[in-house]
Amino acid sequence: MSFPLLTATAVVPAVGAVATAAVPAARRAAAKWLALGFSLATLVLAAVQLVRFDPDAAGPFQLTESHAWIKDFGVRYELGVDGIAVVLIALTALLIPFIVLAGWHDADPLEGASPNWRWRPTQGFFALILMVEAMVVISFEATDVFLFYLFFEAMLIPMYFLIGGFGDRAGERSEEETAAQRSYAAVKFLLYNLAGGLIMMAAVIGLYAVTADQLGMGTFSLQEIVQARADGRLDLAPAAERSLFLGFFFAFAVKAPLWPLHTWLPNAMGEATAPVAVLITAVVDKVGTFAMLRFCLQLFPEASKWATPVIVALALVSIVYGALLAVGQRDIKRLVAYASISHFGFIVLGIFAMTTQGQGGATLYMVNHGISTAALMLVAGFLISRRGSRLIADYGGVQKVAPVLAGTFLVGGLATLSLPGLAPFVSEFLVLVGTFSRYPAAGIIATVGIVLAALYVLVLYQRTMTGPVKDGVRGMPDLRVRELAVVAPLIALLLFLGVYPKPLTEIIDPAVGHTMSQVEKSDPKPDVPVNEAEAAK
Amino acid sequence: MSPAASVHSLWTVAAEAPQKIPAPQIEYAQLSPTLIVLGAAVLGILVEAFLPRRARYPAQLLLTTVGLIAAFAAVIALAAGGYGTDKAHVAAMGAVAVDGPALFLQGALLLVSLIAVFTFAERRLDPVAHGRRVDSFAAQAAAVPGGEAEQEAVKAGFTTTEVFPLVLFAVGGMLVFPAANDLLTLFIALEVFSLPLYVLCALARRQRLMSQESAVKYFLLGAFSSAFLLFGVALLYGYAGTVSYAGIADVVNGTTRSVDPALASTTGNDALLLIGGALVLMGLLFKVGAVPFHMWTPDVYQGAPTPVTGFMAAATKVAAFGALLRLLYVVLPGLRWDWRPVMWGVAIVTMVVGAVVAVTQTDVKRLLAYSSIAHAGFLLAGVTAASPDGVSSVLFYLVTYAFVTLGAFAVVTLVRDAGGEATHLSKWAGLGRRSPLVAAVFAVFLLAFAGIPLTSGFAGKFAVFKAAAESGATPLVIVGVLSSAVAAFFYVRVIVLMFFSEPKADGPTVAVPSALTSTAIAVGVALTVVLGVAPQYFLELAGQAGTFVR
Repeated sequence: MSFPLLTATAVVPAVGAVATAAVPAARRAAAKWLALGFSLATLVLAAVQLVRFDPDAAGPFQLTESHAWIKDFGVRYELGVDGIAVVLIALTALLIPFIVLAGWHDADPLEGASPNWRWRPTQGFFALILMVEAMVVISFEATDVFLFYLFFEAMLIPMYFLIGGFGDRAGERSEEETAAQRSYAAVKFLLYNLAGGLIMMAAVIGLYAVTADQLGMGTFSLQEIVQARADGRLDLAPAAERSLFLGFFFAFAVKAPLWPLHTWLPNAMGEATAPVAVLITAVVDKVGTFAMLRFCLQLFPEASKWATPVIVALALVSIVYGALLAVGQRDIKRLVAYASISHFGFIVLGIFAMTTQGQGGATLYMVNHGISTAALMLVAGFLISRRGSRLIADYGGVQKVAPVLAGTFLVGGLATLSLPGLAPFVSEFLVLVGTFSRYPAAGIIATVGIVLAALYVLVLYQRTMTGPVKDGVRGMPDLRVRELAVVAPLIALLLFLGVYPKPLTEIIDPAVGHTMSQVEKSDPKPDVPVNEAEAAK
Repeated sequence: MSPAASVHSLWTVAAEAPQKIPAPQIEYAQLSPTLIVLGAAVLGILVEAFLPRRARYPAQLLLTTVGLIAAFAAVIALAAGGYGTDKAHVAAMGAVAVDGPALFLQGALLLVSLIAVFTFAERRLDPVAHGRRVDSFAAQAAAVPGGEAEQEAVKAGFTTTEVFPLVLFAVGGMLVFPAANDLLTLFIALEVFSLPLYVLCALARRQRLMSQESAVKYFLLGAFSSAFLLFGVALLYGYAGTVSYAGIADVVNGTTRSVDPALASTTGNDALLLIGGALVLMGLLFKVGAVPFHMWTPDVYQGAPTPVTGFMAAATKVAAFGALLRLLYVVLPGLRWDWRPVMWGVAIVTMVVGAVVAVTQTDVKRLLAYSSIAHAGFLLAGVTAASPDGVSSVLFYLVTYAFVTLGAFAVVTLVRDAGGEATHLSKWAGLGRRSPLVAAVFAVFLLAFAGIPLTSGFAGKFAVFKAAAESGATPLVIVGVLSSAVAAFFYVRVIVLMFFSEPKADGPTVAVPSALTSTAIAVGVALTVVLGVAPQYFLELAGQAGTFVR
């Protein structure tokens, strides 16, 4: 038996979580280094996955593992990665060390805490982050619907404690008020996602009932179900397929989040510390959009086509609505949250445009959005930790006091507005081209999002970084070495992928082609030269 | 062995030929689990009568533990001897079934009772009274609350060690309840396990008036439900001319026509069958705590001593669902088209009412009571499946639920302030900061109740909903997941309170329990995790045990 690489990639952070949690109360620093070490080990494993993954190999999944698990439910422990999953696992494993490093002091106990302090927040904080990483990784790897669901749902619990248990220092608000808002945000996050998850559970059970009825024994194996549908052994009535699709899609749309199920995100990202906010939007939410590609489209191709017009419309609303609300925000973190909603709109639009550029662009978008949001949000977090306020109005003239901080903030912002030359531009362009070739009107509306993005990013920069130096900003220290170590690699990546995205697209494209073939959609008749070349391949 | 040959009706035999009453043939070995438990109970009474007061507690604890373990060993021996599968049959002249579901539930009941007895015997939590360690039970049950006799009893350091034989009698009745194969045995088993429970409910050491009130409520409503059940039994006898399950089922299916001349005018009268069946069902649904027969649950759960509440919540549910399954699957399968819509309705109402009303609760024990109602609804969803999967999923769910419940109530006994247990939710604020371990354990139980993946609660919920969906009860499943979402809200609210609220200055302390309660909690946590991550073995066990004998 070969080395179970996929399992190892998920087990290492899980072990790290347990080890970190077990560090004695007094040895806080050790817990941090331990967490960083385990996250780096995971990164190594993810890199090995990326190297061993062969984009041109036949078959949908590679590095597969399969073991019997719960026979009575027809559940198998089945793992496998395609080009989309392997890239997203790499993104996750890449971001976690930066999140750990950025949150180095976020969970230190308050000064003057009682000496018999048995509550060990620091250990808990880093253990929870690693726990989330383990669950996200296994969700990307699972090719058994039940296995996926299990971890998709279970990751809510550590996330919930991360949001509710740790927040920014109170600053000008009272301690009780912050705690109350934080716990409100955590509960809102949990209830939205749990409701989505439970509705998905009904659909998962429904899927089992259908397979048990028609195949003789129930199964959750993605490949088996897809195969059975292809050779006609499994024939879903349109009504059944549509309701199952809606059950799955609802959960993913809450997670993604898609308008009108998005309202938990600004609360959660606003109240959580910046690294946790990055964890939410750059890592955990990606599971939602990823699952649309892997499960919604492949399990229910007909229903996906049926629902496309509505979903494209919702995605457009997300793009424009998220961007408009971002323009109106007074709170830096909430602004980034609404910007993310707008960007998730682009991702969903790309997926449901049902073109290779659209879906390839959407996958690339997931990666780039992860990196660019991480850069912007983490720098914003560093800024907020210096002043103790999230309000834009409390800042001004930062670039005179802390030029490096302001500069990196600007790069992160420019990446968010998809400036050509930075990574998100490539993916946004691909999504728009892919959408335009099938739904020209939708493509045109989506470009409004780009214009608005320029507005909210540049206005944010102008208000916080330029102008006269405000009182609270005076004497603000510039980025420290640890903070630079977080931001510099992210910016380097944004630049590199902006000019040379080929390594990623090479891995992603075959997987997207496979997904498209499941939906039996081919690209629209070529009317652009690029398309012709693409079709000739 | 054909059912007809094995099943005798004492009544008809006596009417035909009174001179030829055969000596009853009792398979003692096959009834050994029940006999061991009841024997231990009788010994327990002798201990109360003859041993000096000081020696009673250790003697009772030892006797009860040994009795329950021996009975469990007997269940295992019977199951290993094949009585759960191919040798399943009806013992004791048709009164008691020895089959897969019966043995599975008896094994589960005995384990649950053993763990519950550990919490009964806990003597470290209450402050030492006059130099003696005391448990959660009244010093002298007969003394008037607040009266002189009570003060003297407390001063003398009395404890009510009678609780141990009472529990054993209750367990004895519960063991027979899901195995009962005729309606009279069912009724007698019901009374045998209910009466000790009524007494146990009244025995709280603190807040005795509330405890006695709960006992009276439980007794009155329980007596009503027993009366309903008995009336139903009478009507069913009128319908079928027999009280044996197989005999009634034969009449329902129209396969037997040996009509007793005395009952000729009523035999086969469908009105009797429907009303009688409904009344018997009502009696069982009362014990299960299904809406609209749930009114007693919150009051009794709140007033009873917490170890008793845990025992009742876990064991009664197991026993009563076992009996309900046997009644519906053995006696009334021919009536499936009549009872399924009714049970659908009951399941939906139970899930919704349990989940929605729980949201407004402010007391931990009442909250858990309403949550138990919601869980009864989930279980009923599995019951309505009317398939082998339905049986095994309900069996599995019962095991997962019972241990989570026991563990949760055991944690409730630990959180105390000057007035005893601090059950008001506001007092639990910030518990996660004072005692992270206890709060984390309770959070695990709450997450299992909420059915979060990787806990036993999820596996159980998935199993029953799967069985329901396969039998075509899609609306039930949808209502089920929606009420799960509502239920998740209040479980999460408790977690928020424990972890994200600031502890109050005069908040409760967490008592350090002895090994007894620690064991109970540890077993609860271990099973919650094991059944959540690797449920396959137990699902298989429940699957093998899914066939009733007739």
